[in-house]
Amino acid sequence: MQKRSLFTNKLLPYLLVAPQITITIVFFFWPASVAMYQSMESQNPFGLQSRFVWFDNFVDLFKSPNYLQSFWVTAVFSAAVAIFSLLIGLYLAVQADRVVRWGVVYNTLLIWPYAVASAVAGVLWLFLFNPTLGVLAYGLRQMGVDWNYLLDGNQALGLVTMIATWHRIPYNFLFFLAGLQSIPRGLVEAASIDGAGLFRRFWDIVFPLLMPTTFFLIVVDMVYAFFDTFAIIHQVTQGGPAGATNILVYKVYADGFLGMNIGSSAAQSVVLMVIVIGLTVIQFRYIERKVHY
Amino acid sequence: MNPIRWLGAFLIAALVALAAPAAQAKTEVVWWHAHGGALGERVDAMVAKFNQSQSEYEVKAVYKGSYAETMTAGIAAFRAGQPPAILQVFEVGTATMMAAKGAIYPVYQLMADTGEPFDPNAYLAAVTGYYTDTEGHMLSMPFNSSTPVLWYNKDMFRKAGLNPDKPPRTWPELERDAKKLMASGGAKCGFTTAWPSWVNIENFSAWHNIPLASEQNGFGGLDARMEIANPTLEHHIAALARWQQSKIFDYGGRTNKGDSKFTTGECAMLTESSAGYARVSKESKFEFGVGMLPYWPDVKGAPQNTIIGGASLWVLRGQSPEVYKGVAKFFTYLSSAEVMAEWHQGTGYLPITLSAYKLSEEQGFYKSHPGADISIKQMTLHKPTANSKGLRLGNYPQIRVVHYEELEAALAGKISAKVAVERMQKRDNELLEQFQKANE
Repeated sequence: MQKRSLFTNKLLPYLLVAPQITITIVFFFWPASVAMYQSMESQNPFGLQSRFVWFDNFVDLFKSPNYLQSFWVTAVFSAAVAIFSLLIGLYLAVQADRVVRWGVVYNTLLIWPYAVASAVAGVLWLFLFNPTLGVLAYGLRQMGVDWNYLLDGNQALGLVTMIATWHRIPYNFLFFLAGLQSIPRGLVEAASIDGAGLFRRFWDIVFPLLMPTTFFLIVVDMVYAFFDTFAIIHQVTQGGPAGATNILVYKVYADGFLGMNIGSSAAQSVVLMVIVIGLTVIQFRYIERKVHY
Repeated sequence: MNPIRWLGAFLIAALVALAAPAAQAKTEVVWWHAHGGALGERVDAMVAKFNQSQSEYEVKAVYKGSYAETMTAGIAAFRAGQPPAILQVFEVGTATMMAAKGAIYPVYQLMADTGEPFDPNAYLAAVTGYYTDTEGHMLSMPFNSSTPVLWYNKDMFRKAGLNPDKPPRTWPELERDAKKLMASGGAKCGFTTAWPSWVNIENFSAWHNIPLASEQNGFGGLDARMEIANPTLEHHIAALARWQQSKIFDYGGRTNKGDSKFTTGECAMLTESSAGYARVSKESKFEFGVGMLPYWPDVKGAPQNTIIGGASLWVLRGQSPEVYKGVAKFFTYLSSAEVMAEWHQGTGYLPITLSAYKLSEEQGFYKSHPGADISIKQMTLHKPTANSKGLRLGNYPQIRVVHYEELEAALAGKISAKVAVERMQKRDNELLEQFQKANE
């Protein structure tokens, strides 16, 4: 079925979308075009002197081992966050879907962390895991673990991955739960009658029907790990130790706002923009085609 | 993006803008600074006194976060045409500020233009040298300067059978004491450090009288390049990495994050700015002492003298002459012996003026607070050489991050000390080249 609204007034539709278009232009197109221009400039921090250097900033970036390391860290980090939060979110949703009594209470409690701002989430976990003052860090040390994520890159990456995953699970949980609840009971019941066990029903009926949701979540989770984890990194590790948690978006901030190297920072954000556009294209292609089996 | 949030922000901004003029009878002088916590309270008290002392000007001190955040906020505000009148900038941002000729109002010029009496010789030379251009003009107002010293836990020293009035003078002595402190003094680690690069690289070089960079550590021009891939520094970093293994040294993080390892009694010693005083005295529940920074006795010329850290106050262009008059008056107030002495005694920062130092002496401060003058003595131990005057290198906030990264990799045992200093040198020099290109 095709949906179509009919407007008799020719101007009205434009007027109705105008606020959104204005906001998009002012807060997205305009800054993005400034960033693209600045990415080809070499600028003094105060903006008093600038030179047009074409693609020098990009060349410098891709020659720098630290930038390539940042790419690698980002790939590992976002893949880990997406995979773990999807798996745990799915598991919790399947369990919550089967709960008959107190379902609302469970759901509410599971969604709760989503209401916590990233920065606050970072601080909360910092209290637990700070090598000197953290409660859980104390426990780890008692167990003989040499816990110092300020020095051990793997521990640092593990810690921020855990925080981001924890923060992301509710979102995935919510979508999976909605997905599960929209699966017609009849299908599952028919499979039961045919003698399919719990696992069989999940694998052959439920999971394929959840595929569109899963694809959507993979892309959205990647975007989350790319950008929205900034505050967590900033609170917990500041990209350290030795660049072990220096994800691309944090490097943009560190080079631009702390290092005041605006040209390089702008070039990095243009690279990020290209990545996001790529992810969005993938998402639309899959969503539009409605993955079905 | 959430349009409702934006709308909310606009409404609040509009309300604030409407409400502001009502309170504005005096000329407002905005000062952005980076002092939170105990130091922030002292800054507020200092400003309140100035505001009460006269009726023409109202200084508004605004805490903007860390040093790096404050500097970035100030520069962003300048670019947006809304700069504060006074911006506190940490010492490693000095080269960046000096290069921004159209953005800054040099202090010597400001004082002359507003007819405010001003004598650059009233200030400690070791401090002003950092903020003076090659023609001898003072460009920014020194405010909080400090130098790294050794803090130690006297209670732990006693417990370990060490003399609580004799802190280790050299690194080998420190190693020996640390072992005793860990064996019987109840310390989990021997020592830790705040400001890892400032203490263990910049000050380390000055203290051992070895160059950090060519062109007299950058004072000679923009073409200065790092010279830190040297055996002395390599040896020191190798020692730190070795000590990290046995917890004689335990890395506590970047900036001043290491402090808490000392104040909570985890580590027995700490290399930290003399201005750590405000925090250490507030947070520690033990008797502490201060000693000079340790040195390697086999290095010829050590100990030389240490250099300053901290920040100075830069005046930004874009204000009315009235505001600049207020700035000048406020600077005179800050430099007065009473105000400066109180700041020095309460915070552990150096007395910026000779008169404040003398006043503190007359008040008997150094007698009642043994160790409080260690920082001054250490800074003025010998006549500064080209290696120990300070540094003036561009992009230094980023260079600090490079140092943190490579130091962390070396301490974690991922790379050798030799590779660490070589990588630092290479990456630093790329940043210096960039700065030269952007400012020539």
